[in-house]
Amino acid sequence: MGDQILHQLLIPILLVLAVIIPLTLTVALYVYWERKVLGWMHVRMGPNQVGPLGLLQAFADVVKLICKEVILPTSANKFLYYLAPMLALIPALAAWAVVPFGARFAVSNANAGLLYLLAMTSLGVYGIILAGWASNSRYALLGAMRSAAQVISYELAMGLCLVCVLVLAGSLNLTDIVMAQSGHKGLLDWFMWPLLPVFVVYFVSGVAETNRAPFDVAEGESEIVAGFHVEYSGAAFALFFLAEYANMILVAFLASILFMGGWLSPFPESVPVLGHASFIWLLAKAFFFAFLFLWFRATFPRYRYDQIMRLGWKVFIPIAIVWVFVAGCMKYYGWVHIGTGG
Amino acid sequence: MIDPQVFQLVCFYAFAAVTVLAALSVVTLRNSVHAVLALVLTFFSTACLWLLAEAEFLAIALIVVYVGAVMVLFLFVVMMLDIDQEQLREGFMKYLPVGLIVAVVMLVEMLCLIGVRAMNAQTMGQNPATAAGVSNTAWLGQALYTQYLLPFEVAALILTVGVVAAVALTLRQRTGVRHQQASEQVAVNARDRVRIVKMAAERPADSQPAPAQETKP
Repeated sequence: MGDQILHQLLIPILLVLAVIIPLTLTVALYVYWERKVLGWMHVRMGPNQVGPLGLLQAFADVVKLICKEVILPTSANKFLYYLAPMLALIPALAAWAVVPFGARFAVSNANAGLLYLLAMTSLGVYGIILAGWASNSRYALLGAMRSAAQVISYELAMGLCLVCVLVLAGSLNLTDIVMAQSGHKGLLDWFMWPLLPVFVVYFVSGVAETNRAPFDVAEGESEIVAGFHVEYSGAAFALFFLAEYANMILVAFLASILFMGGWLSPFPESVPVLGHASFIWLLAKAFFFAFLFLWFRATFPRYRYDQIMRLGWKVFIPIAIVWVFVAGCMKYYGWVHIGTGG
Repeated sequence: MIDPQVFQLVCFYAFAAVTVLAALSVVTLRNSVHAVLALVLTFFSTACLWLLAEAEFLAIALIVVYVGAVMVLFLFVVMMLDIDQEQLREGFMKYLPVGLIVAVVMLVEMLCLIGVRAMNAQTMGQNPATAAGVSNTAWLGQALYTQYLLPFEVAALILTVGVVAAVALTLRQRTGVRHQQASEQVAVNARDRVRIVKMAAERPADSQPAPAQETKP
């Protein structure tokens, strides 16, 4: 009897830890990689003092943040002030529950996986809004307002892009979506070709949804200091940081899973060794998208607020709506024979 | 071993209790932002209840639409308001009888409805999605787009009319507003804006400067 309870409780907890611990380590290394890449693009060295090649810099920063005091601003709302960082982090981690890492490896192979992802990513904005309101600071409130409007606008475009994917795949299950992109032609079977405009819209919306440069008006360090988390210090700030980077890695993984065949190989199946589906392919694709985030940050100046709104509502949403119809026609009239075994 | 049915029942009562408590605190909490957050919790635990009842699409749609979008905008508006708490509580005793009457009428109506249902003893059939052997979402899609296509499209049309009406009501044309024309900005040519003037070098000692001579770039 004791064994069975242990079995029912322990296995899910171990599965969750098997995703969250590598994810946290990836965030640390991603922060290091971001600082290195930005350094190279600015013709600097980047972090190079702590540990070999500066690899331990992110861990040193974590230790520093945890040791610092969390300061509560005057007449801030204490309960919500401490709740907000957790509300930002929980959906960011919970969304990983349905992400498949291989044909038979996902914490939960849910049938409504795509819907669940939409739900979880739409919850993350609460942490930001509450942080802005609870810290009783004008800069923080301005950042929260900008973020709320921006995230809601781009969520629509993102949702419509996902509709295109599920029309072609005929399933909401992420594993099924990847398997629908398998075929004899390798990378030509991926959804990114028939859905190319939507693919671009999805990734750019993902950048906007995570409040990253060039859409980082919610932080806008040159205008509103640091936006919603200006009053946060120490471990509370670290939680916001962790949530933001976990979301970025999630968008990178989702772009690879939904549009670039997930763990499938870009080479046809007939090619020996390279043609096999493998977790390494998924990692390589996600790494590419994660690198794009950094590349954008080093390249583009920040969008103005009204320009962000115009791009979201007047460009991305119309493109996505039109492509929903196009995807429907592709499926109904059989214009493209993508996936489904070639 | 944990009996799945007992566990489900425990979960149901836990979620139901949270829903009721959160709904109560929506009307009792003094701080309006806290009240909105309690409403968010009410929606969230209702979604959990629906998940238990195997209505996964409805539950997730509630979270995506209401919790993820509508309540965010609502919270946004409430944060901007500067509500005077004293003024709000002023007329409490005056309106209490009216509120009580409305509450009692609603309670009686609900009890009547439950009683009628119980007398008819109309038991729910088997979950049609389970019977068809597909997921709840897939079955719902099938039903909505085949059997109930016309009502579904009519509902969509009514919603669209609502959206257009809302925009038309709030849209006001102001004169003298200068909008940014992105296409014009992109199409701008350096030739139209910058005039490059070529002239001979000058020295301060010279009394007569050389005449300017224009050239096109």
